[in-house]
Amino acid sequence: MTSSVLRHRALLTVGSVAAVALPFLSGATSTSLYTRILIGAVGAIGLNIVTGLTGQVSLGHSFFLAVGAYTAAVLGGTAGRTVIGHDLDMTIWLPAAFVAAAVVGAVVSPIAFRLRGLYLAILTLGMVFVGLHLFREWTSVTGGAGIGRPAAPAVLLGRPLAEDLAVGAVTATSPTQLYLLCLAVFALATLAFVNLRHSAFGRAMVAVRDRDVAAEAMGIASRRVKVVAFALAAGCAGVAGALSAAETGYIEPGSYDVLLSVEYLAIILIGGVGTAAGPLLGAVFVVGMPRIVEWAQPLLPFVAAGTRDDGILTRFELQTFLYGVLIVVFLIAQPDGVSGALTRARDSARTWPFSRLLDHN
Amino acid sequence: MDELLTALVRGVAQGSLYALLGLGFVVVFKASGVVNFAQPAIMLFGALATSVLAVDHGVWFPLALLFAVTATAAGSAVVERVVMRPMISKPPFAAAMVTIGLFIAAQVVASNLVGLEIRQLGDPWGLDRVDVGGVRIFHSDIAKLVAAVVVVTLLNRFFAVTRTGLAMRAAAHDQEVAIANGVPIGRLFGTAWAIAGALAALAGMFLGVGGVGIDTTTALLALKALPGVVLGGFDSIKGAIVGGVVVGVLEAVTKTYGQDHLAALGNNFDQVVPYVLLLGVLLVRPYGLFGSKDVLRP
Repeated sequence: MTSSVLRHRALLTVGSVAAVALPFLSGATSTSLYTRILIGAVGAIGLNIVTGLTGQVSLGHSFFLAVGAYTAAVLGGTAGRTVIGHDLDMTIWLPAAFVAAAVVGAVVSPIAFRLRGLYLAILTLGMVFVGLHLFREWTSVTGGAGIGRPAAPAVLLGRPLAEDLAVGAVTATSPTQLYLLCLAVFALATLAFVNLRHSAFGRAMVAVRDRDVAAEAMGIASRRVKVVAFALAAGCAGVAGALSAAETGYIEPGSYDVLLSVEYLAIILIGGVGTAAGPLLGAVFVVGMPRIVEWAQPLLPFVAAGTRDDGILTRFELQTFLYGVLIVVFLIAQPDGVSGALTRARDSARTWPFSRLLDHN
Repeated sequence: MDELLTALVRGVAQGSLYALLGLGFVVVFKASGVVNFAQPAIMLFGALATSVLAVDHGVWFPLALLFAVTATAAGSAVVERVVMRPMISKPPFAAAMVTIGLFIAAQVVASNLVGLEIRQLGDPWGLDRVDVGGVRIFHSDIAKLVAAVVVVTLLNRFFAVTRTGLAMRAAAHDQEVAIANGVPIGRLFGTAWAIAGALAALAGMFLGVGGVGIDTTTALLALKALPGVVLGGFDSIKGAIVGGVVVGVLEAVTKTYGQDHLAALGNNFDQVVPYVLLLGVLLVRPYGLFGSKDVLRP
């Protein structure tokens, strides 16, 4: 094996060990944050497949997130006075969330056959609005607008993850267990993505992204590629939606709006479109933003800690504002995202001191 | 019958409003091929400016409006210069994403400035209405319709007759050739954004008249102009007004009769029906009624 492959593998091993050890070294709130970052990354991997690899612009990700969350809720949640639920195990509702969302994604995908770019984006936007209305009205599943319902609890093979687990000298708290589960799902999704990208089908996807008419002329069934791309993306979103719901414990239909779709798009744009590390890097920025603002708030005199009365901006407003600015700045200055910036930095370091001569920018 | 006529009149007026908003999208798209998702937030700023001047400072309403429109146009041109200019050579979707980012950031600032209560515009029409044979017509609705007609006429002349308008159409058709022919693309985009900003401020004012007022959710209402633009065709001015009016009428009629006949589709279906129309149009005839088709090139 070459030294770069060895180096790559060493890095991956160290990274994996660190990732597994992380929750045992952090408090509950931090672990929850890391869990949410991983969940965001899983959803973003899906969007990366359909938008990054296959070039099908989708603003409809939040719709698939909702499908996954509500499939899980109906199968795994408890029946209440107004909502239905079947109290099934996570080993049933998590794959079901994937399958249900993937099927919906496949059904919806024909819209991408005739439309491209901006028109496809607007159509998926319309889909989100119609979906919002559907979820608001379907109260037996969602509990209705403004009310919501409890999500499917994380009960793995009969054992609720809410209980602490003691293995020898190590005790895994509930947030830690959920984190490790999400880490496993994330690892699986990333592995699948990398394999897909390097496969013949992945190359077909990229061909469809670049010039789908030419790809068809070459014999690639672009329709089939688009259907699969949408199905995979929706499936990932479904899993992310179900896990996210389990993490928060309660879901309300109004939260699956356009802003959520834009958030996922921002994750892959900031992280680096079409890259393997992009979803995770982007998720760190986007999902971690509220925490960063929370941490910085005492240092900023014009930001209020609570309601607006204490200062000019609330924390939430600052965080949303920064998030919009981040999207703009990254798109203008750094279209390859953080992943691209890191790659450039690494190449620059590797060729130092000749990096200036070899700089192609 | 009177009920239907009242609904139709309200629908046409609301549709004129959507048309004004839609025209903002069309002008920017005609010039640069970019959908400016920040338009609703710019609209909120414009309406806010009018409100602050007319209500808080007691400025004479037409003057307040004029100032707001000018300020918003200037502001939009600055935004274009700083944020959109670097995106010229990039694909239109990337530019559209930048406008989404702008929308998010601008919406937060505008909402913060508007405050938690509904703001009135200080317009002269208020709740005045005139009764024509049993049908109630609000003065503000008449104003909306008149404004839309005037604006559309002016814009049509602008694009057809003036040099700048012609240059814009040339740039939208083929940017590289236009640049090669000496068309100042950057300045053109700035002008397009300025016009769109002015239209947004005007539309924003109209959204708040008649005692409705503006608040933090107003910007989202503006997104309903998109189905109208899609129906009419993104690069068509007359399409924007036809599409806007159709959406407005559809919404009004659904609202009036929906409770009785369409209860199965849920409450507030009139808010969703523009998007259902959007889906329908995109699936059947994506370029809209009057839009120009993209030629599929391998």
